[in-house]
Amino acid sequence: MGEGAGRVTAHLPILQVVVPLLAAPICAVLRHGRAAAWLAVLASWSVLGIALALLGQVMAGGVISYHIGDWVPPIGIEYRVDIVNAWVLVIVASIGAVVAPYAIASVEHEIAARRIPLFYAAYLLSLSGLLGIAITGDVFNVFVFLEISSLSAYALISLGRPRRALTAAYRYLIMGSVGATFIVIGIGLLYVMTGSLNMADLAELLPGVWDSRTVKVAYGFLGVGICLKLALFPLHLWLPNAYAFAPSPVTAFMASTATKVAVYMLLRFFLSIFGAAFSFEVMALDRILLPLALVAVFSMSLVAIFQVDVKRLLAYSSVAQIGYMILGLSFASVTGLTATLLHLFNHALMKGALFMALGCVVYRIGSVHIDAMAGLGKRMPWTMAAFVVGGLSLVGVPLTVGFISKWYLILGALEKGGLWIAVAVLVLVTSVMALVYVWRVVESAYLREFSGDEGTREAPLSLLAPTWVLVAANVYFGIDAVRTAGVARQAAEVLMAGIGS
Amino acid sequence: MREEIIVRVGAKILTPFIIMFALYVHFHGDYSPGGGFQAGVILAAAFALLALVYGLGAVQRVLPPWFTRLCAALGVVIYGGVGVVTMLLGHNYLGYNALAHDPEHGQHYGILLVELGVLVTVFGVMASVFYLFAGRGRRDS
Repeated sequence: MGEGAGRVTAHLPILQVVVPLLAAPICAVLRHGRAAAWLAVLASWSVLGIALALLGQVMAGGVISYHIGDWVPPIGIEYRVDIVNAWVLVIVASIGAVVAPYAIASVEHEIAARRIPLFYAAYLLSLSGLLGIAITGDVFNVFVFLEISSLSAYALISLGRPRRALTAAYRYLIMGSVGATFIVIGIGLLYVMTGSLNMADLAELLPGVWDSRTVKVAYGFLGVGICLKLALFPLHLWLPNAYAFAPSPVTAFMASTATKVAVYMLLRFFLSIFGAAFSFEVMALDRILLPLALVAVFSMSLVAIFQVDVKRLLAYSSVAQIGYMILGLSFASVTGLTATLLHLFNHALMKGALFMALGCVVYRIGSVHIDAMAGLGKRMPWTMAAFVVGGLSLVGVPLTVGFISKWYLILGALEKGGLWIAVAVLVLVTSVMALVYVWRVVESAYLREFSGDEGTREAPLSLLAPTWVLVAANVYFGIDAVRTAGVARQAAEVLMAGIGS
Repeated sequence: MREEIIVRVGAKILTPFIIMFALYVHFHGDYSPGGGFQAGVILAAAFALLALVYGLGAVQRVLPPWFTRLCAALGVVIYGGVGVVTMLLGHNYLGYNALAHDPEHGQHYGILLVELGVLVTVFGVMASVFYLFAGRGRRDS
């Protein structure tokens, strides 16, 4: 038995991807929506278990390398888990584990019954794609998993109830495909120059060909392609509609995972494969990203203030929050990267909680228009309380995770001194802007009279419980940030040092 | 085209050869150009030809839409299942050497089985997509 358990732990890296990947086709052929739902929940929970076990293994014993098909890298495909992607795996898996049970009631309400098994199939495919991007140590494999996660994401978004979900999904498909094409062109150019697709191998071979124009062009293609995927301003145009019209659990899942994994891709390509020295000294990555990040944070927060559809409001806020993550990267320091990696996790928690609270609202009143939500504070106290805590976390109030992220961002800016103090001030100013758009919703829900259907009640427990799990996580990791900040700092150090060490 | 006798007889004669060719492309895929993907498309094309000539209804009696969807899912399970089996036999995921005493045979069986999964899925998806497009507007009438 002990030997059997040992053999299972040796296969954890591949099981991380294979469990949801094999559960997906089984979901697709199940006739019964509930059966598919519970299979998806089971798969998502085991995925979280595997991710936590992998993080534990990496923290105890260092990098794990798994050779697919027993082919030795760099020829074979290698799954390589270090602290950076173990951290991303835990983020994606935790959100998946919370969203899956939440989806059961929400999906039955928002999606036609005959499509429900297909919904779970697409959800599991998307999950396995995102996990695959995070875990693999092979750049072409990254592209394959990117396509798996993206194609299923387009399908998931198109399941939204408003007819406009179709055009939103189509637009995302076009933009996403352009991004994916750019990424594969970049990967192709790297292959031409080095003859390798293995990340660790590429990191060793690339310094020899740094001077060539091909490598720089590859860098550009990869940068633009990945930034399309992570919706960095001004490449974010697909995001607001996609998030606003997708079914509620899809929005919660995508907003908390898809862009995070894209940020991870950016860090992995630019810091691990090309190397921090090449990115910051030769390509001046920090000087390109800094203005884009600042404009993203500022302009998108401003746009969010004027939205009347709360889902779209939060979608614009997401683009702004992605700006914070890129801002951390543009500091080109360990503290800045720590802020980025922390915010990956923290933003997943807050946006997950907020979008799930909105899903509860949709479940009861069918709309998230700011006027339709008037007076909901009394009708749906638990839902709106969840929204308020999530909102406070978004603003960055102490005792929530949002505060921890901003703390490290400002710390990173102050550490650099000089003009960077202005960046720290801007972070504070945009936090106030977040307060404004969160307050608009709170004001509508608590200070205005309810005008909707008299029978409106609190959302069912099956929706509230997962929502409050994330709300509780927002507070817990806001008070006890020692563990999360510790892992994030360790991961930031690994990224800055390069893949070889 | 239902009245064109040459087309009807021609399609009838060609269909088994198209299916044979699909299987050839699959089983010879590890030594020559081809493989599961191409074989799946050719196999689906055989049924598309029949549907064009004899009508969608006639083909769907032989190859019902639920079956093509089942195929689409089944192929993925075959592919992933081969990996799971090699894991249970004590090798890494998709370590084909586990499948036979002689590693060379193991590699051979492994790639054929995995490509069979690809064939089944590609065939299922292609036929389903064809059915969806060919059946558009019929439900209303």
